[in-house]
Formats: sequence, structure tokens, C-alpha cells
Amino acid sequence: MNIPLLSLLIWAPIAGGAWILISGRRDRNRPDRDDSARLLALVVSLIVFILSIWMWAAFDREVATVQFVERAAWLPAFDINYHLGVDGISVPLIVLTTLMTVLVIIAGWGIGTKQSQYMAAFLIQQGLMIGAFSALDSILFYFFWEALLIPMFLIIGIWGGPRRIYATIKFFLYTFFGSVLMLIAFLYLHSQSGSFAILDLYGLRLGMQEQVLIFIAFLIAFAVKVPMWPVHTWLPDAHVEAPTGGSVILASIMLKLGGYGFLRFSLPMVPDAAAALASTMIVLSLIAIVYIGFVALVQPDMKKLIAYSSVSHMGFVTLGIFVAFPILLSDPLDHTTASLGIQGAMVQMISHGFISGALFLCIGVLYDRLHSRMISDYGGVAHRMPVFAALAMVFAMANSGVPGTSGFAGEFMVILASFKAGAWIAFLAAMTLILGAAYTLWMYKRVIYGPVANENVQSLTGSTLRENSVLLVLALLVIVLGVWPAPLLETMGPSVDLLIETISQSKIRT
Amino acid sequence: MIQVTLWAVLAPLIGAVIAGIGGRAIGRVGAHRVTIVLVAISTILSIIAWYRIVVAGHPPIDHTLYLWGVVGDLEIPIGFLIDELSVTMMVIVTSVSLMVHIYTIGYMKDDPGYQRFFSYISLFTFAMLTLVMSNNFIQLFFGWEAVGVVSYLLIGFWFDRESAIRANLKAFLVNRVGDFGFLLGIACLLAFTGSLRYDEVFAMAPALQGQTISLPLTGGAEWSVLTVACLCLFIGAMGKSAQFPLHVWLPDSMEGPTPISALIHAATMVTAGIFMVARMSPLFELSETALSTMLIIGAITALFMGLLGLVQHDIKRVVAYSTLSQLGYMTTGLGASAYAASIFHLGTHAFFKALLFLGAGSVIIAMHHEQDMRRMGGLKRYMPITWITALIGTLALIGTPGFAGFFSKESLIEAVHHSQLPGSTFAWVCILAGVFVTALYSFRMYFLVFHGKERMDEHTRSHLRESPAVVTIPLIFLAIASLLAGGLFAESILYGTFFGQSMMVMPEHDVLGEMAPAWGGAGAMMLHSFVTAPFWLAVLGVVVAWYLWLHRPDLPARIAARFSSLHNLLIHKYHFDDLYENILTALGRRIGSGLWRVGDMRLIDGLLVNGSAFSVGRLAKVIRKIQSGFLYHYAFAMIIGLVLLVSFFVIVRL
Repeated sequence: MNIPLLSLLIWAPIAGGAWILISGRRDRNRPDRDDSARLLALVVSLIVFILSIWMWAAFDREVATVQFVERAAWLPAFDINYHLGVDGISVPLIVLTTLMTVLVIIAGWGIGTKQSQYMAAFLIQQGLMIGAFSALDSILFYFFWEALLIPMFLIIGIWGGPRRIYATIKFFLYTFFGSVLMLIAFLYLHSQSGSFAILDLYGLRLGMQEQVLIFIAFLIAFAVKVPMWPVHTWLPDAHVEAPTGGSVILASIMLKLGGYGFLRFSLPMVPDAAAALASTMIVLSLIAIVYIGFVALVQPDMKKLIAYSSVSHMGFVTLGIFVAFPILLSDPLDHTTASLGIQGAMVQMISHGFISGALFLCIGVLYDRLHSRMISDYGGVAHRMPVFAALAMVFAMANSGVPGTSGFAGEFMVILASFKAGAWIAFLAAMTLILGAAYTLWMYKRVIYGPVANENVQSLTGSTLRENSVLLVLALLVIVLGVWPAPLLETMGPSVDLLIETISQSKIRT
Repeated sequence: MIQVTLWAVLAPLIGAVIAGIGGRAIGRVGAHRVTIVLVAISTILSIIAWYRIVVAGHPPIDHTLYLWGVVGDLEIPIGFLIDELSVTMMVIVTSVSLMVHIYTIGYMKDDPGYQRFFSYISLFTFAMLTLVMSNNFIQLFFGWEAVGVVSYLLIGFWFDRESAIRANLKAFLVNRVGDFGFLLGIACLLAFTGSLRYDEVFAMAPALQGQTISLPLTGGAEWSVLTVACLCLFIGAMGKSAQFPLHVWLPDSMEGPTPISALIHAATMVTAGIFMVARMSPLFELSETALSTMLIIGAITALFMGLLGLVQHDIKRVVAYSTLSQLGYMTTGLGASAYAASIFHLGTHAFFKALLFLGAGSVIIAMHHEQDMRRMGGLKRYMPITWITALIGTLALIGTPGFAGFFSKESLIEAVHHSQLPGSTFAWVCILAGVFVTALYSFRMYFLVFHGKERMDEHTRSHLRESPAVVTIPLIFLAIASLLAGGLFAESILYGTFFGQSMMVMPEHDVLGEMAPAWGGAGAMMLHSFVTAPFWLAVLGVVVAWYLWLHRPDLPARIAARFSSLHNLLIHKYHFDDLYENILTALGRRIGSGLWRVGDMRLIDGLLVNGSAFSVGRLAKVIRKIQSGFLYHYAFAMIIGLVLLVSFFVIVRL
């Protein structure tokens, strides 16, 4: 098979986006509507989604190393290559990206301002994110990593809320400083190895001090994206100001780049530093889970609440990744439990993509009607929107980590693994059972349950077929992943095992 | 056989889905027909399974349906363990569920949420069956939390009532505290046995004796792994089975419609904790600390929750406190290693308590949704079937010789008496005193509702009549079960092969084995009871109840006034609700807003972010100027900037 599948996945949406920008028809009577643009965007995103499913089907689950490799010289003078490939860790994230883009485009069907640009921004964003997940050259990765900030920056800056300037600048400053350090780390690694190829860097031996510095450089870049405590404060502001679609992509996919970065760069490239700093990382993750859980409890703004909930849930991703080290330290042969933690982190990333995306879509459904995100403006929504209430209940339960939903699967695996690393880690992580249920269901109670709170709620119209079907797709996925995560685990299993093999060997230069 | 059990589980799920999404296509009648037929199928299949395993002696089945996931060497299965214990639970769950389904037709007939209700109770049946039939910890935990979710949905069924949606949130969160312990227990077992399958974990358990683990917050003390695991699992049981001090949610759960109080909050879900401990007997037997803890917690619950039933005026709340107390009995029995006696009491209790709840519901229908017993009285005349069946239920509850509750409760008390574990004497005294309290509050309720002066208003009185057949037929069935389920099975369950090898008891804890030689048949047990303390305590309770609430109805108020501090303590339910709701919840919110305002806003944003980005404001002005409004300009500028940046670094480096 000689189809450059990954290039298609990256460039088809970007080309589609560009085409929409160029051809964007301007109807004189309705300058902000463009039916052909949104239709084209939907078709392109569907094709890309089907291609990604095809890739997943064709992906050999028995093989741990990268597949669908494409390689071409890009800037030969600098030894920079256009080098793509995916393994079991990136494939699920790419499929998540293509799926969520389709849903976001459907959800943004009725967007009121600059419709064609809106659609184009999401398509271009999608291509760049797939690029970041499949790049095998560090500079190429850096290119995608930085470039994908642009559409998000614009999405918040143009279609965002009243404080969008503050939010975009905070967002930009946070992520930009991290990225610069990452770039410096890549340049340093090139000076040591003579290669920008990510896989070459896995075999590079480095001194402990170098490893720690590189780890910290990576950490700042990735921790901001995840986001980890204490560099999380950009996220609530960005979410609050972002339009619904922007929030969905931000929460579902962009945050995952941080977790992906740890798995693709920090762990295999500087495993000794990662092991040395693992306890710090675990503590930061636990702070995120518990501290942020409490903070989420008192948020008056639904979007902020879900944003904080995201930080708390993403704490399980970093926790699952880094508990592998104390586990391997106490029992170097226990690859199973280490794998349970890392695969749990991966499941949590995919699951969080569905759940947080769905919750932001739910808030969008309400916001489109009442133009308020404040919990206190709602109450008794179930009386007016029963179908919506039922779907929102699925996501509320998933966000609380109820078994049978995907929200449980990842957290369960991480908690089980972390007990082996220390009972106290599991103890603190399991607090999410109480806190997560408390903030999610308390919000649900105040918004959806109760008597009809005011005339605005009384005037609510039921959710449309379009809204319901988007949410229904996500609800089914949340349940399927909760009761049968085996296909996902199979896809990434060998790659995660290989990763554990890599990190359990010291790379200290002697 | 696997087909039989698989369809027994799936039938209610299918029913729940059809009733849930069927809407107008199936209508109200369609919804109840579909769910009732499917639950009836499930009941029949459960009885078939029960017959094959318990009666025909078919060996137990341990079958994996599919793998939830495989990680390294760890296989996480979903499957069934069909043995004597699980088939017994299946029969109890499905038969009570079927009765409740039928009863609901009458109870909810005017409710706009009719179909939703049938969907929920069928879903509950599905969840409960997955729980009791599991052969592994993950499915157990799934069922465990799924019944909690459906309970949450059902307590808040009337979601425009503030009290209902407070109660369901409270129930879910208190259960979550228990589940928190439960999950840690599972994690502990996995960490030390490397498996989530019952058979493998149980096989490994003896080897874990002597292994220790150091816990945080205990000064680095070394704890036995099995004790830690069992105590964590028991915390889960305390949440689900509403044991002191996690009992607070159960009385409030009465905000839900009465059929679910019978099904979920009396007969099935709340007994999940009891079932789980019995299922885990190969683990609990190895930790005497855990057994003693259960003896003490169970005994406290049995006695002190019963006392609260004495001061309640709401008919459903009296039954709820009675349920708490009886769950305490079962837990005490588990602590004494009398697993069979506890499960026996679980079964008889399921029938007579469901009967009492449904009877209370029948009264509530007749009283036009009045639940205050102070406005009832003399209903015997108007509702003969409800009256007789309620009397049967009450007699079974207090342990009248011959009734189902007698055999299970009497044996349980005797077993605790035989136990040699630390705390068993305390437990025995408590549950013996509990017998008197049980009789007192049960007959207080019975007399206040069915006898004495008719205290309702004239309008209500003129409309009093017996409930329709869909309500009374389940009552009659459950009354028959409350009469017969005891004596018929007592010998086989307690001393025979009813439960086969499904529960494990160490020889030194085998209290039922010690009692076996004295067993002379059900009739002899009844005769013997006339010379035992529990019988006379119960009689005393009935007499006192008669004297106080029928003969001298002025006395209770005077006693309450005389002992007002004690009375207040009972009225305030020992102040546990105040502690949880006013102190702990408020503390949680205080912590949350403290961390948010001080930690996030002042420290992180104030010092780090905005401090270092002092220029944000100025930068914003610049940005605002270049905001020309066209996407192309932004994109172009950013890409140019990016390319410049990359080139700069690459060139500098080279």
C-alpha cells in the first residue's frame, strides 16, 4: 500500500480549510452565513474521519514500533526531515481528533459570525494536531506544535467572549514560553546526537545533569499543555472565553498533546531524569486531583467548573504515567503494573476527550439558548429539555467516574496501579471518587433538577435533533469504552510495553 | 446453563432500554407490559438456575463472558460465578423486583414519569444481578456503583422537590465515601495477588497471611495486608448497607417513591454489602480484626438505629430505621462468621421488609399521600388485606415463632452468642436489647396505623378504601413468603448443604457448626424459643407498645417531656446529619473557595502569571491595534513569526 495515509490525514483538512477560506462565498444579504462552506467542512472532516478509521483498521496491533512511516527531506541543509509515523500511542489520539472535529463542525452548524472562517479554522487545526501526533522529526513536531496554537488563538480571539483578549494572551504566554524551552532542548539533543529524528534520540546516552535539564525543559512545555498544577490557570480563562467548539477541541485534544509529549519525549529520551523526578511529578498530579477537585466544587460558572474538572482528571494522566517509575523501582520485573498505569493514563486521555468535549457541548446547548454560563441562572432544565437532561446525566455520571462509563476505566486502572507504588498515592487519587461526584452532581442538581427557576428557563426549547445526535454519539462511545476498552488496550498495548522496556533501562552516559 | 443466566441478566436490561426510549410508541401500558414480562422471564430463569444448583446439585459454574481488557499479564474478565450463594440472591432479587414491578402499576398510575420509572427499576434489576453474579472484582464494582446510580436516579425521581434532590445527592455521596474504601480494598488485593478474579484472589489469600503493609497516618505501623484489604472492603459495605456511621443516607432516601423503597432500600441494594462480605468470606475469615469490627459496627447499628424508629412520625421513616437496624443484625452475623445465618436473614428480611414497605405504600395511597402516622389510626376497618398482610410482616420482623424472621433472626442471635471473637459479648447484648426495641417500634407503628382512634380528617376518611388488586396481590405473595421462607429452608441453610461450598468458614469460627448438634427441627426450635430471652423480650416490646400507644396514648408525650434531652438526641438522630451537612460539607466548600481565591487567584495568577506578565496590559493594547478583523492577517503574521523563529534558532545553532 503506497498511499501516504498520514500525509493525507494532515493535509487534506488543511487544504480543505484553505479552499474554504479562498472560495468563501459572501452572500450580500447574509454576510455571516455560508452554507456551502459548512457543508464542505463537514464532508472533508467526514472523509478524514473515515481515513483515520481505515488507518486504525490497517494498523498492525501486534507490532510495537511505528507504522505508516513516511520520510522525505524537508530542510536537508539542517538535517530536518518530513518524517511521519504512528504507533499504538498516537493512533487512538488521531482517531479522537478526527472524530471530535466532525462533531464540532456539526455542533457549529448554526454559528452566527464568519461562518466559513470558523469552519476553516477547525479543519486547519485538525490537520496540525494530527501532524503533531504523527511527527517523527522533532523540528517537524515543533512546527506542528506551535502552528496549531494559531487557529486556537484565533478561534478564541474572534469568536470568544468579552474577556477574550486577556484569555488569549494568557494562553499564548503560558504555552509560548514552554515551547521555546522545548525547542532549545531539541537543538541541544541534536548537538549531542547529530539527529533530529525522535527515534534516534531514544538511543542517545546522556549524563544525569543533562537529562534533568532536558526533562525540565520538556516538562514546562508539556505541563502547561496538560495542564498540571500550578501552571493550569490559563485553562479556565481560555475555556470561559472560547466559543463552544473551541472549548471542545481545547479540552478534548489540545490538552492531550501534553500527555502525549511525556510519552513520546520525556520518558523514552531522558528516563533516568524522569525516574529521579517521578515523585515530584506524582505529588504535582495528586495536588491537581485533590486541590483542583476542591476548587471545582465552588465554581459559580459552569464552564469554569468543567475546566477545573479537566485539570483534576488530567491529573490522572500524569499520575498514571509517572507511577510507572516507583513501580519499576520496587520490582523491576513488574511490567504489568507499570503498563496498567500508563495504559490507564492513555485510556483516561481518550475518555476525557469524549467526556469533557461532551460536557462543553452540553453547556453550549444551554448557552445558545440563555446566553449564560452561570449555574445560578438555571434550575429545572429537565422540565423543559428532558432528552437533553438524560444525555447530560450520562456525561455527569461519566465525569464522576461511574463504572460502565469510560471515565471509570482510566481512573480505575491508574488507581489500581498506584496502590503498588504506595498506598497513600492510591488513597489521595481515590479522593476523586468523592470530589468528582460532588462537584459534577451538585452542578447537575442545581442546573437540571429542581423546579423551573425563572422565566428564561421556562422559555427553553427542547434540544434539536442535531444537538441530540452529537451528544448521543458521544454517550454511546463513553459507554462502549467503559464496558469494553479491550480494543483500545490492544491497539496501544505493544507500544506501551516497548516504552516500558525503554524506560526500564538506564541511559546514563558512562 | 450459561444461556439461562445470561438471559436472566439481559432481560431486565432490554426491558429498561425499551421502556426508556420507547416513549409514545409503546405508551404507558406498553412500558409496564414489556418490563414486567422481561422481569418475569428473568425470575423464572433465576428459579431454574437456583433449582439446578441448589436442588439438583449441579456443580457451580465459573464462566468468563469476555475480557474487559488485557494489560501485560493481567486479564480483567467479565463473567459469572453461579453457585449456591449467587443463585439464592438472584431468586431474591428477581422475585422481589417482579412484585414491585406489578405493584408499581397501581402506585404510580397517575404519575407523568410512569415509563421512566419502569425503565429505572428494570435497569436496577439488571445492575443488581450483575453485582451478585460476578466472578471478578471489576464487575462487582460495576454492579456496586450501578445500583448506586439507579438509586440516585430513583430517590430523585420527583426531581422538582428540593428535598428529593438533596436526598439523592446525599445518598450518592455517602455511598461514594464507602466506594472510596471499596476501591482501595480492590487495589490492595490486586497489588498483592496480581489478579481481579475471585478464584485466583481467594486461592492466594492464605499465602498473604503474615504479609504487612505500612500505611500513611498510622505512624508507620505495619498492618496485615488482609486486614487492610478487608477493612477497606467493609467500608464499602458500610456505605452500601448503611452501617453506622455511613447510615445517614438511608432514611432520607425515603424521598423516593415507595416501590423503590421496598425494592432498593430494603430488599436488595442495601443488602449488597452483606452479600459482598459473605462472598468474600475466604478473605474475611483470615482477619479477626475485620470480623470484630463488623461485630461492633453491626451491633451499634442494630440497636441505636432501632431506637431512632421510636420517635419518627413518618410511616416510611419508621420502616427505614427498622431496615437500618436489621442490616445491623446481618452485619453482626457476618462478624460472628455466621455467613449462612446472615444471608438467611437477608432473604427473609427481603420478603417481610418489602412487604412492610409496600403495605406502607398501600396505606399512603389510601391516605392520599399522607405519611404522618399521627393522622392515621383505625385503618384496619377500611383496608383488610393491607392490614392482615402488614400484621404478618410485623410479626415476621419481630421474630414471632413460626414466621420467617424468627428462624433467621433467632439463629443469628444464637450464633453471635457462640462467637468467641473480641466484641462478641458487646454485640450479643446490643442485638438482644435490639429485639425489644424492634418489637416496640414495630408495634408502635402497627397500632398507630391500624388501630385506635381515626385521626385523619373527614375528607380523607370518606375516601378510604382498600387498594386495587395490582397492589394487594404482591402484598399477598410477599406475606406468604414471609410466612414460609423461614421454616422451610432453616435446616438446609443453617446446618445443611443449601449453600454448599460457596462460603468459607474457618473451623475455629464455625459457630453454626457448634449449634448444629442442638438442632432438632423447625418445630423443636419454635418450642424451645418459649424459654429463650429473645422471645420474651419481643413479647415485652409488644405489650409495652400496646400500653403506650393504644391503652394510654397520652403517656409517650409525657415520657418524651420527662426525658427531653434523650428525646432530643433521638429526634436529631444523634446529630450525625448536623455533623455531615453543616460541618463537613461546609468545610469542603470553605477549603474549595480558599484554594481558589488564595491559591489560584492570588498566588499563582497574582504573583507568577500576571506578575511576570506585567506587560500583559500593554501587550493587549498592541494586539488590539493589529486586530484588523481578518483571519488571513492573523494567520499570515503568525506563520511568518513562526518560520522566523524556527529559522532563527536553527541558524544560530549551526
